[in-house]
Amino acid sequence: MNRDAALELIKEVLADVVPGADPTALSPEENFRDTLEMDSLDFLNLVEALSGRTGLPLPEADYPSLNTLNGCADYIASHTSPA
Amino acid sequence: MAEFTMPSLGADMEEGTLVEWLVSPGETVTKGDVVAVVETAKSTIEVECFDSGTISALLVEPGTTVPVGTPMASIDSAVAPPARPAAKQPVTPAPAPPPDLQPVPGRPLTRTERAVSTPLVRHLAEEKGIDLSTVHGSGRGGRITRSDVEHAPTEPPPRLRASPLARRLAQSMGVDLGGLRGTGRNGTIRADDVRAAAVDHLPREAEPREPVEKPVLASPAESAPGARAAIAALMTRAKREIPHYYLSTKVDLAAAMAWMRDQNTGRPVAQRLVPVALLLKAVALAARQVPELNGHWKDDAFVPANGVRLGIAVSLRGGGLTAPALADADTMPLPELMAALRDLVSRARGGRLRASETTDPTLTVTNLGDQGVEAVFGVIYPPQVALVGLGRVIEQPVAVNGMLTVHPTVTATLSADHRASDGATGARFLTAIERLLQRPEDL
Repeated sequence: MNRDAALELIKEVLADVVPGADPTALSPEENFRDTLEMDSLDFLNLVEALSGRTGLPLPEADYPSLNTLNGCADYIASHTSPA
Repeated sequence: MAEFTMPSLGADMEEGTLVEWLVSPGETVTKGDVVAVVETAKSTIEVECFDSGTISALLVEPGTTVPVGTPMASIDSAVAPPARPAAKQPVTPAPAPPPDLQPVPGRPLTRTERAVSTPLVRHLAEEKGIDLSTVHGSGRGGRITRSDVEHAPTEPPPRLRASPLARRLAQSMGVDLGGLRGTGRNGTIRADDVRAAAVDHLPREAEPREPVEKPVLASPAESAPGARAAIAALMTRAKREIPHYYLSTKVDLAAAMAWMRDQNTGRPVAQRLVPVALLLKAVALAARQVPELNGHWKDDAFVPANGVRLGIAVSLRGGGLTAPALADADTMPLPELMAALRDLVSRARGGRLRASETTDPTLTVTNLGDQGVEAVFGVIYPPQVALVGLGRVIEQPVAVNGMLTVHPTVTATLSADHRASDGATGARFLTAIERLLQRPEDL
């Protein structure tokens, strides 16, 4: 998956996991867990959805890379084959 | 003949509003079926019935607010379930409710409606989308009978079935409910259907976005003002009646977090644990070990509870708070507790709790750790006698065997009712939590 597609995907999943959130208003380096007031269960829902959509296992040790739009996009782009 | 009454969905609930019926007269119900959606000052709740049989009459119309205990439907338990499905007509003629049971309608009735129709007829008319003022009454004194409504020409627009949350979402997302196909019971449109539709619209409508800066999160002003008032009333009562005392302890989570990481390794995301699941299990086990804190204060005495029903304080998006009960938290294995917690929280936020989950937790836990605070000293939910507060899991310097090191820790607090327990009891409880978390494999 290329980086742009990954970015779109994460925004889509965020909007789904946090009803009422507008991910397009997030800045790329902002910690969205804080901004969107996500608790650990919300975050797990996000990771689960991302894992389901990308097929990546997303181990717990990598959670810290998944706190920002840029972080997620970079992670997904670098762990999937470009399509 | 059994009655389905407005249930008490919490110690502070005096009345509720019927939002919608999920059953119609003639339908067969089994004990535990969700039959209605009720809105309280705090949330919207799916209500189960406690009897099996056939719905013989719906006595209250959607939109009506009635006190707790008011009969809302009658269930004919003697009638055997009909063999054929979808029996839409009542098996026995539905009696009109006695005058004192006449619901207070949500919308003022026109004189015609009031004078010439019964609630049942009005409900039927509403269901079929018929304007009663256009129906000729063939009954005594021009009364409109059920048969009049049944034979009236129906107008094409059928009543749209959608959950309250779906309606709110549709409004805020600009989705036309009329164009959606519902995946819920009887084709009811659910919130997920609306979200799916909104996502479908996104790519096409992404561009024409107004340049005005919009908030990233929806504003709290959207939540019902009644919810604030309900919390205000309950918390005022708690602080007026309950002499609170407070204790706090810092718990070393090194063992628990290492064990959890180990458990989560190699597991698919859906089966992973989060720290709060371990903490809740420890709290539930501690409540069993120190039963003086698990129960209710009733009639000037403490009544210990059978079993642990943990109230989980869930902050709602857009403001507000609800504390549904997680039953059997002390006996449930950890993976099950984790799954139950995820389900409960997502439904609490989605506005669809079940009645059995809103009644009488025996001890409530508030977890503000995810909001970044280290410790929370909460207010007890009457008639409970204690509230446990969990803060954020943070890396902190700790001394281990005389050496300074850094471990994940959490601050656990206890607010307790001094009428029901003393500080020594509270201390025993917090110490139990601390000890249980040192042996995560036994949780």
